[in-house]
Amino acid sequence: MANSARRDSPELPDFSLLKRLARDQLIYLLEQLPGKKDLFIEADLMSPLDRIANVSTLKQHEVDKLYKVEYKPVVSTSDQLCFLIRPRIQTVKWICDVANADKAAGKFRRYKIIFTPQKFYACEAVLEEQGMFGDVTTDEWAFYLLPLDDDIISLELPEFFRDNFLAGDQRWMRTAGSALHLLHSLYGPFSKVYGIGRYSKMAYESWREQVEQGEQRARQAEIGNVFLIDRDVDFVTPLCSQVVYEGLVDDIFRIKCGCVEFSPDVTASDKSVKVMLNSQDKVFNEIRNEHFSNVFGFLSQKARNLQTAYDKRRGMDIKQMKTFVSEELKGLKQEHRLLSLHIGASESIMKKKTKQDFQELLKTEHSLLEGFEIRECISYIEEHISRQVSMIESLRLLCLLSITENGLLPKDFRSLKAQYLQSYGVDHLLTFSNLRQLGLLVEQQPGETLTVMESRVGKLVNDKTAGKLTDAFSSLAKKSNFRALSRKLNLVPKSDEEYDLRVPRDMAYIFSGAYVPLSCKLIEQVLERDGWTGLEEVTRLLNGNEFAVTGSNGAKNDAQRIILVMFLGGCTFSEISALRFLGREKGYKFIVVTTAITNSSRLIESLLDNHV
Amino acid sequence: MTKSKADEEDYWNSSKFKAFTFDDEDDELIRLKESRQAVNSIRRLVEEDDDEDDVEKVSWSGEPVGSISWSVKETAASNQRTDREPAFPKIPTDTPSLSKSQSGYSLSSLFKGKTKGGNFQSFTDTLSDSSIRLYAPELRKPKSEYKDYVSDWSPEETIQRLQQGKTAPLEKFRSLQDKLLLLDFAVSAHDGNVITAVLIYLKRTLSKEVLFRELESRQTALRHFIHYLTETKDQRLLLELLRALGRTENVALLQYKEHLSIADENKRRDFLKSCLSLPFSAEDSAHVQDHYTLLERQIIIEATDQQAERGGKVEIFQKFPRRASILNMPLITTLYYCCFYHYSEPEGTYSSPLNIRQTFKISGKQYFVTALAARAKLKAWLDVDALFTSRNWLGFTRKKSPLSFQRVVDVLQKNSAPTQVLQDYVGLVEDPDMRISLAQKHKCHDIVINTYRDMKDRQQLLGYRGKVGRGSAEERKIDELLNNQQIRWKN
Repeated sequence: MANSARRDSPELPDFSLLKRLARDQLIYLLEQLPGKKDLFIEADLMSPLDRIANVSTLKQHEVDKLYKVEYKPVVSTSDQLCFLIRPRIQTVKWICDVANADKAAGKFRRYKIIFTPQKFYACEAVLEEQGMFGDVTTDEWAFYLLPLDDDIISLELPEFFRDNFLAGDQRWMRTAGSALHLLHSLYGPFSKVYGIGRYSKMAYESWREQVEQGEQRARQAEIGNVFLIDRDVDFVTPLCSQVVYEGLVDDIFRIKCGCVEFSPDVTASDKSVKVMLNSQDKVFNEIRNEHFSNVFGFLSQKARNLQTAYDKRRGMDIKQMKTFVSEELKGLKQEHRLLSLHIGASESIMKKKTKQDFQELLKTEHSLLEGFEIRECISYIEEHISRQVSMIESLRLLCLLSITENGLLPKDFRSLKAQYLQSYGVDHLLTFSNLRQLGLLVEQQPGETLTVMESRVGKLVNDKTAGKLTDAFSSLAKKSNFRALSRKLNLVPKSDEEYDLRVPRDMAYIFSGAYVPLSCKLIEQVLERDGWTGLEEVTRLLNGNEFAVTGSNGAKNDAQRIILVMFLGGCTFSEISALRFLGREKGYKFIVVTTAITNSSRLIESLLDNHV
Repeated sequence: MTKSKADEEDYWNSSKFKAFTFDDEDDELIRLKESRQAVNSIRRLVEEDDDEDDVEKVSWSGEPVGSISWSVKETAASNQRTDREPAFPKIPTDTPSLSKSQSGYSLSSLFKGKTKGGNFQSFTDTLSDSSIRLYAPELRKPKSEYKDYVSDWSPEETIQRLQQGKTAPLEKFRSLQDKLLLLDFAVSAHDGNVITAVLIYLKRTLSKEVLFRELESRQTALRHFIHYLTETKDQRLLLELLRALGRTENVALLQYKEHLSIADENKRRDFLKSCLSLPFSAEDSAHVQDHYTLLERQIIIEATDQQAERGGKVEIFQKFPRRASILNMPLITTLYYCCFYHYSEPEGTYSSPLNIRQTFKISGKQYFVTALAARAKLKAWLDVDALFTSRNWLGFTRKKSPLSFQRVVDVLQKNSAPTQVLQDYVGLVEDPDMRISLAQKHKCHDIVINTYRDMKDRQQLLGYRGKVGRGSAEERKIDELLNNQQIRWKN
């Protein structure tokens, strides 16, 4: 890695406190329910829970058996049932069913629901409607923030994205505000808050109100500035294929709560292995932010070094051997294990990627970002669809096409949609409706393009020429916001320049030098200008909702250069890598707080509606 | 993933076109392999490992430091109140429904100093002391504690309490004005949890007609209500609401969605038929019609084929037993299935690929791609050949393909086509370099040799001589060419 880090980079605050806080509070809640009890845990809470406590912690507080919430009748014989769940109506209904079934069977038990991170009135309304209010008691576990690494904190709320942006339900705004409030009271006071997006504004407001209502202790600030950003400010970045190691591992193997499961083909053994991926893994820490093309070289070098270190033991006498074994061997073994895992992962990535024609896919993405040879891109997507290659991938490319082109021409939209439905099922009508509602996949509105003239010309000439003319016309038509933004912020570097991925010169390296992520570029610009001055045209193109406010008492020390970036609706590992790069360049340290780690597949999957 | 989805995958996992392998990446792979070997060679030393699960451990957890009571106090601090100036200024957030409020209160007076709409407050403004005072409206001042025991809260106080997770009786808000005021305050507080709480109360105490009417002008509240009805699966009320709002397309889609929960195929088909009269857009209406027609057909094909399979008389079902039912598969999967099991059927039958192509207006290219994959899978090379054959006006046959020949070769090779078959198509790849690299990869010596001959590249030909079998026909051919005096070699 280009470790040209500015030496004066400030130290990151210690976020393990957040884990302790969450654990202690959970223990307190369990102690409120004395006696033996069975604990039912919602499936998506298991991994977060694993990160802060273990089974023995729970056993120590009289938890007898552990179950996963599976919406089936319970087999427990305990007379106390405790449910640790997200505030979801469906889960509460199931618990009511369980309690009602017990009642009908004449079985007496105590029930307690612990909602995390907070309860919702709608859930309590279910308890009331089902006649269980009072019989089932409730509590809240304010587990807002899970540190996934030294500089990544997650709310582990992937549903935030769909609830807010698709359904328009603001139920998580208070949660976001509370999370910010917790960070502020432990690591603040913040001196400045910048932000962009409707929900960022709301989160700011919610946090500000909570600050006003709470009491402020005077303390040394550990976090100086805050940047809030809505996911819908930049949809392009999370829709691109990731090519930085950590992002690529997430795209292919899916990192879940900071942990990845490598299958037998990676581990070269007969079992799969779960690995924590964070800065504690020395090998991973050195390659996580690297462009994939640099990873092989690094790993080979590492392997050679390791070989040399092992070879040292040859010709050692007994005494030397003893020192070697006691001092170096353990470290070498550990490194060896990690190295062979990451080599295995890289091999597996290479195999998968060459199989699916990764180069051509990337070329198409880059063309879309550049607005170049759009007809060829459309044919490529069409072929993807007609060959029934991954339904998510096809949709992702369609969305990327639509956003970068400010919508599809009506005839393209209709034809691509029809082909998509033929290949993947008409059920996806519902998915298309969602994507349209979110503005991810839309038809250009008449008037935006010269459709009439175009179709007239189209009749006169053959298809191929018409395609070319269409391209010409759409470039005359109203420019898409992405293109304008891209020009204003210089997001797409000139393609004729050689880009050395080994020595990245800007954040574009995370996309092979083809594109600087819009989200991170905004952060860079606002920090540089200490506000939005001079970015008026940019914010207009992004539909406004920007803000920059200064608090009355802020940090005056190094903490000024510790910047907390909160993504509302998820952020990708590539964006985190880009911010780490920016931090190294400018002497900042970034802390990323996100409602969840996302990537293109997760984003698209959350919008599918072809199932019950 | 549903079962049928998995089955669908099953069909395609084996038949999906696998894309081209990029040779230039190969040396990277080799490098990786070398590293792996290096690492493996020292594996034995590590094998007797005791720290087997070292990497699986979560190395991040810290020591429990604070006591439970301490930590609980920490988080409870947020509930304490003190009177003081706000540390951060308020910024205007858009509250569209407030201005439309039909209540008698003038809401804007409660928020004086607030700029309208989503305007951005200038930076210097927020810095000045006076603006901070201005942005802390009267009602925002913390309430004195005694109020906790008196249930006489104003709408705004009620909303604030609800936001903090406290109880506040809503029953006293009985006039429509009060109810709407409550809703508008909830919306302006941007707390979806509270907005929904108020909506649940309004749903219980207002007639549908009045509620729907009032929601129409309150988009934020409306979206919360729609989401609430969706989550509680109150389909009936949701449909009524959408109809009242005139959102006919949403009504149609929502009703159409119900088919997903019907397991029985005949019932599902009948349901889809009933969907045909729903107010879809013209475009979607055609898609739903196709969906119905397709399922209707799949039911017929499935019944016939199941019988044929059980009867054991039809060879193809014996040789290639069906891995899954064709019911509820996408159209292209169905076409593939029919190209696989019913290829040569006359166009009149339901399961004939040509009939399917006609009925659903499948494009020529799409048909070609699918048929190619299916016939190659069966190794029916004659059928494959016939797909490309077209006669020109002189009556000669020549091969044409809507797909690049490079891709065609890829498909065939993935289905382990023999070299004789492959070389026909490799030879048709237009770009000579690509042709040579494909030919070398698939050992189509004749094509390599001929291409070098056409390129007049003596050096390459000479080099290739070392790669063919000693004393083979290929070697003889190369020698003949090399000795041929009439060729004007370029090197």
